[in-house]
Amino acid sequence: MPAANATASAVTDAPAPVTPIVEFSKEQDLSAYKTMLTIRRFEEKAGQLYGMGLIGGFCHLYIGQEAVVVGMQMALKDGDQVITGYRDHGHMIACGMEAKGVMAELTGRAHGYSKGKGGSMHMFSKEKGFFGGHGIVGAQVPLGTGLAFANRYRGNDNVAVAYFGDGAANQGQVYESFNMAELWKLPVIYVIENNRYAMGTSSTRSSAETNLSRRGVSFKIPGEQVDGMDVRAVKAAGDKAVAWCRAGKGPYILEMLTYRYRGHSMSDPAKYRTREEVDKVRTTHDPIDIVRHRIVEKKFASEDDLKKIDASVRDYINDAAEFATHDPEPDVSELYTDIYR
Amino acid sequence: MPTDILMPALSPTMEKGNLAKWLKKEGDTVKSGDIIAEIETDKATMEVEAADEGTLGKILVPEGTQDVAVNTPIAVILADGEKAGDIKAAQPAAQQKAAESAPPATAKADAAAPSAPEPKAEKAPAAPAIEAAADPAIPEGTEMVTMTMREALRDAMAEEMRADKDVFVMGEEVAEYQGAYKVTQGLLQEFGDKRVIDTPITEHGFAGLGVGAALAGLKPIVEFMTFNFAMQAIDQIINSAAKTLYMSGGQMGCSIVFRGPNGAAARVAAQHSQDYSAWYSHVPGLRVIAPSNPADAKGLLKAAIRDPNPVIFLENEILYGQSGPVPKLDDFVLPIGKARIAKTGKDVTIVAWSIGMRYALEAAEALAKDGIDAEVIDLRTLKPMDTETIVESVKKTGRLVTVEEGWAQSGVGAEIAARMMELAFDYLDAPVARVAGKEVPMPYAANLEKLALPSAAEVVEAAKSVCYK
Repeated sequence: MPAANATASAVTDAPAPVTPIVEFSKEQDLSAYKTMLTIRRFEEKAGQLYGMGLIGGFCHLYIGQEAVVVGMQMALKDGDQVITGYRDHGHMIACGMEAKGVMAELTGRAHGYSKGKGGSMHMFSKEKGFFGGHGIVGAQVPLGTGLAFANRYRGNDNVAVAYFGDGAANQGQVYESFNMAELWKLPVIYVIENNRYAMGTSSTRSSAETNLSRRGVSFKIPGEQVDGMDVRAVKAAGDKAVAWCRAGKGPYILEMLTYRYRGHSMSDPAKYRTREEVDKVRTTHDPIDIVRHRIVEKKFASEDDLKKIDASVRDYINDAAEFATHDPEPDVSELYTDIYR
Repeated sequence: MPTDILMPALSPTMEKGNLAKWLKKEGDTVKSGDIIAEIETDKATMEVEAADEGTLGKILVPEGTQDVAVNTPIAVILADGEKAGDIKAAQPAAQQKAAESAPPATAKADAAAPSAPEPKAEKAPAAPAIEAAADPAIPEGTEMVTMTMREALRDAMAEEMRADKDVFVMGEEVAEYQGAYKVTQGLLQEFGDKRVIDTPITEHGFAGLGVGAALAGLKPIVEFMTFNFAMQAIDQIINSAAKTLYMSGGQMGCSIVFRGPNGAAARVAAQHSQDYSAWYSHVPGLRVIAPSNPADAKGLLKAAIRDPNPVIFLENEILYGQSGPVPKLDDFVLPIGKARIAKTGKDVTIVAWSIGMRYALEAAEALAKDGIDAEVIDLRTLKPMDTETIVESVKKTGRLVTVEEGWAQSGVGAEIAARMMELAFDYLDAPVARVAGKEVPMPYAANLEKLALPSAAEVVEAAKSVCYK
């Protein structure tokens, strides 16, 4: 399929960085590695539990896209807000939410972040500045713009980050939000996670302008494309966008060129692209492998040290799965709570 | 310990599938992420990725096997240092058992394995009862000020904005133009453009932006020039505003008021004349208010702004200019969810709200001349609905007429009729009669528009019919 080939080459030929990449310190590389690996292991475990019938409904995995949310989070400070769509597990882990609570929500149990009432697509943490977890494609964009509105209304220097995909980028409310954000100079970063496929439709088949960083041009919002498989590139672009917003200059668009390895959701066989396309990205551009190689090359850690990190991540995720599969279901009295307050 | 690979569920509804093909053979090294098999479901052929690392020790279900139940062990992975001999002999038996009987949610390898909770025939607990406080007593000697509905609404917003810095109003033409219907007159001058915000014509966008601001803790008043335009924004109102508290397990709520004129004005035709009372009052998580007079408008809008939940506040363009007495008090707030008996009577109960009250009261006067003593209830809040006040009235009169401008099917009147059947069946001496808008898009021609809307004459006729007169 020509369209699929075109996107595959777009993945492997990342654009020259608009914002220069800044090398990571040892601490940054190790921290990024550990968080990205935690997200990947979490998602693999979630896929496994789904396969066992322990997770129901829709389950959208983030595998392949880990560098985006981890790099962006490294550019934020306490008080900043994050909001996204339904492919949200990675964002929650990166925001510092506990794997136990997220996994228990996936299994629909009492100690999930939403007491089992939200599920995979709907979790929140006021404490960690995570505002969901939204299931209607694109709806998080005006909501995130509203978070930024609140920052400006209160006169603080917090920044809101609204994540959405290449699919959501074609929703009308995104552009209604762009207009108001620039008109009122709201501190919001629109992070477009371009993973090439809106469910099964490649961006070349759904978007007249596939360079999504240009989607803000008619609203005078600056934007740039970023290699979303390189956590350093994400962090550098994130730093630049955050500084722009904090300085009161209004919104900023970052198009992250990334890739999801799995189907759109667990029930998607992903027949709209070739196995070779996926394998090529996995073997040449895997965001975690890239960091791992760099860590070894720069002697930030030995193979043994890394194995220890791998084992601790695996234990952390196994504990979360254990908790999430043995935690009780919510009490029936929860049916009628939390409708009003 | 060797790890079982189980037949995965690959969709929300999958219970079994065919093991089409093994892509790894016994003895092969397996990394997490490797494709190890292909499974055919009723919808598609899916690839199975390994989640564990090691060596494929044994294939338990050969390729070509049909109807393998979800959670059946299909292969065993050996970790470093483990041998095929470590695989328990019991495994094929377990497979057999699982394949024969177990539905996916209850299949268990052994007692210690995690399990999906078994579906129990649990009975839903009773919905909590709704209790609303009575109207506050107005101290004797309180001065009553005559003002229009428009002024009462404006005063309510101004008072709440003075009291709480987090309250702001946004919408089309609310600031410099002073409100398309002049409801926000003077607010820009008093509160400035930071708190009285003109938006672009972008209902979906600014409704969502308002909800986001509310999730962050502010208390927006979002004005729709009319609720007809709010259909552009209804996704944000329902999916984001109404449901987030529940979806977050009570962590994140949304204190926001969506207000503006609802229903028909005069001669503005189908797209500008719809009544949304039934639409919004269908949705858990929303409160819906529809006042009929200036005092209720003021007291209830103040309550709505303070309420920590999303509130739909349905005004009426024709009523904006209507004057009425409003108590001059520092803080006149009315309870949400409490109906008001506008006129007592003993022969028939008429329930209405918003502009429907105009038809109801006019009808009651006409009925009195014919010797029928009607009790008129102004519902004021549609959700939560003050069912108790209606039941008590029906117990007395035995007859009920509902009045609404919206269409009859699935309307608020239909809901009231159903509740009376459930709660006051033995007290009804006649079937409930509904007076509603005719089931047509609103026509433009003056004579047709008049016919499409309910009227006092129709209320009189309905009341007489339930009284068998």
